Amino acid sequence: MAAPLLLQGGRVVDPSRDLDETADVLIQDGRIAAVGPGLGAPAGATVRDVRGTVVAPGLVDVHVHLREPGNEDEETIATGARAAAAGGFTAVCAMPNTDPVTDNQAAVGFIVRQSLRAGFARVYPIGAISVGQRGQQLAEFGEMVGAGAVAVSDDGKPVVSSHLMRTALEYARTFDIPVADHCEEPSLSAGGVMHEGLVATRLGLKGIPAAAEEIMVARDILLAELTGGRVHLCHLSTRGSVELMRRAKERGLRVTAEVTPHHLSLTETACERYDTHAKMNPPLREAADVAALRQALQDGVIDCVASDHAPHAYDEKEAAFDDAPFGIVGLETAFGVAYTELVQGGALTLPQLILRMSTVPAQVFGLAGGTLRPGAPADVVALDVTAGWSVDAARFHSKSRNTPFAGRSLTGRAALTLVAGKIVHDARAAAEG
Amino acid sequence: MTAALGKDLIGLERLSPDQIRLILDTAEPFKEVSERPIKKVPALRGKTIVNLFFEASTRTRISFEFAEKRLSADTVNVAATGSAVQKGETLVDTAKNLEAMRIDMVVIRHASSGAAQFLGDRIRSNVVNAGDGKHEHPTQALLDLLTIRDKLGRIEGVKVCLVGDILHSRVARSNIWGLTKLGAQVAVCGPHSLMPRGIEELGVTVLRRVEEAIEWADVLNVLRLQLERMEAGFIPSLREYYRVFGVTVERLAKAPRALTVMHPGPMNRGVEIDSRVADGPHSVILDQVTNGVAVRMAVLYLLAGGKPELADAAKGPAAGGTD
Repeated sequence: MAAPLLLQGGRVVDPSRDLDETADVLIQDGRIAAVGPGLGAPAGATVRDVRGTVVAPGLVDVHVHLREPGNEDEETIATGARAAAAGGFTAVCAMPNTDPVTDNQAAVGFIVRQSLRAGFARVYPIGAISVGQRGQQLAEFGEMVGAGAVAVSDDGKPVVSSHLMRTALEYARTFDIPVADHCEEPSLSAGGVMHEGLVATRLGLKGIPAAAEEIMVARDILLAELTGGRVHLCHLSTRGSVELMRRAKERGLRVTAEVTPHHLSLTETACERYDTHAKMNPPLREAADVAALRQALQDGVIDCVASDHAPHAYDEKEAAFDDAPFGIVGLETAFGVAYTELVQGGALTLPQLILRMSTVPAQVFGLAGGTLRPGAPADVVALDVTAGWSVDAARFHSKSRNTPFAGRSLTGRAALTLVAGKIVHDARAAAEG
Repeated sequence: MTAALGKDLIGLERLSPDQIRLILDTAEPFKEVSERPIKKVPALRGKTIVNLFFEASTRTRISFEFAEKRLSADTVNVAATGSAVQKGETLVDTAKNLEAMRIDMVVIRHASSGAAQFLGDRIRSNVVNAGDGKHEHPTQALLDLLTIRDKLGRIEGVKVCLVGDILHSRVARSNIWGLTKLGAQVAVCGPHSLMPRGIEELGVTVLRRVEEAIEWADVLNVLRLQLERMEAGFIPSLREYYRVFGVTVERLAKAPRALTVMHPGPMNRGVEIDSRVADGPHSVILDQVTNGVAVRMAVLYLLAGGKPELADAAKGPAAGGTD
């Protein structure tokens, strides 16, 4: 086994135990051995001075697209997991809209094997809800869970059939996994490329109304109530969705939701001049939506932040707005954007942000991590929240560069990322290398 | 690059009122060129212009071509309609190829909003938007403005109502920008299923019924209703559209004042407009076509660096460099 590692002198923030104090973290045999002030280094231990950083449970992203198998030119499980580590993530959940679709135990097993081979952040597969994501026949949830799937989703596409969504929620109860839905009523969104509002009107682009999302949010909440299943709503973008979620939580339904850093920080105006790096689905909405989403995250009406990391080759985005694909990369900017916009912006405290980016997403998807409790796997991040940095997409570990945050000055990034006690990202080493 | 208009003409949204007036004023002397026996001036001699039409067009393409030829430019027409190649790929590759061939100007028509901007951002040549998706069709609005000014002697204070499918209309958007910048009062009228979100915030009034538009307006600009809109379920039938929104002789008879009727063409007679109106005394539809050539000459001349004051009688081949 590797030598014990002592992270010395950091500000330890562990929302799972309401901990926020200057302390040391001792890691031994891949697990958290002790957390406390003035821990001595055992014989043979490596000591790492992490003064000035925030030591927290590793960030957890329940919504990424890693493109393997099928589009390895855009991302692979290895490059995605490396990008995750650089972003401070110790675990990510890979959506199944690969090619072929991850809709069976063999495909799920492939992702598990590739992630073990890569050895950066943990990659947990999400299986498809329906065979081929065609929205008709249920995929084999049981076998996929047996192979390592932690949830099911047809993300990229909505579950159009309410009957299918109902049976998915019912059937998933046996395995106690969340059913994650991309909420979009396709007859309302068809042909749309950005938020339906004044900017779309001016640019002459077809809009996607807020109601296209909200109709499906409302439906899924009703089906969660009907079935007792666990529904997880992906990347909410509208204030109307927030209101529906608020009522669902008040009634104690088993509904959880996520929001992306970009929906928390950008509006439809980012699409000006037809910037295809601002084209994503759901689209960037209005300032009032951003405000409602921030409030919802603070209140816990929205449970967690997820990046919806969606790599695309550079030339795919080099097209007329109508023709460019939806989606942006997010793993390497998620924490910086969230810290700068939400913590420095006064919407959340740092412990609240760690709660929403680590502890809660781990709980919702039933993953190890999200805590520094002794005995837990040593999935840890040391975050530098003092130094500003400028987003340079050319330096991403991700294979893709499609970000609307290029050139943006941010505060907050991972200094050190550990998975099971092993260093998977070290900004100091990267800077020297 | 000229300070008069900038490198490209993408839309009227980004032009100042003075720039719009400059184009209209520059068009005046060019009108005369088309009335001469020898319809040619040397203003753009030696310039190469590509007319790049990714979408079918007869009127606009021919109008641009006449404008270019009457300014003595060398022109090439590229029609890329129905290409099996993906639109986006075609556009970026086209941009690179044009750049490599050292073209002076590109006139582009494309089905995607933003295509002209996309091209303009990637090549040094001047780019003129001849219609991009549902975004803008600036030269159409400029010729509409010139026609209104010819007919009514002014634009400021004139009440103009755009009638029809506002949602999908680039002509409507360009007209709204141009008219409001020059001080006209602007209204839009059409089925609400064809009205874009937030249109009032552009400074226009929404009128519910065509009768209200006729009662209110000095000028009706009647937009073409594309037949696909019915198939896409925006309206129940062309027959009902004509019944409810058609600009007919009977309706015009109730106008409280002299009313000018415009149409950007091509017309669907008996759908958005009654033939008797199109061919009748209210109509300035053919004047619009005539003005189209002069306005496009003015735009090309100014973008090429032509001096506005020399456009008079078009004696000035004083075109500077293009960038």
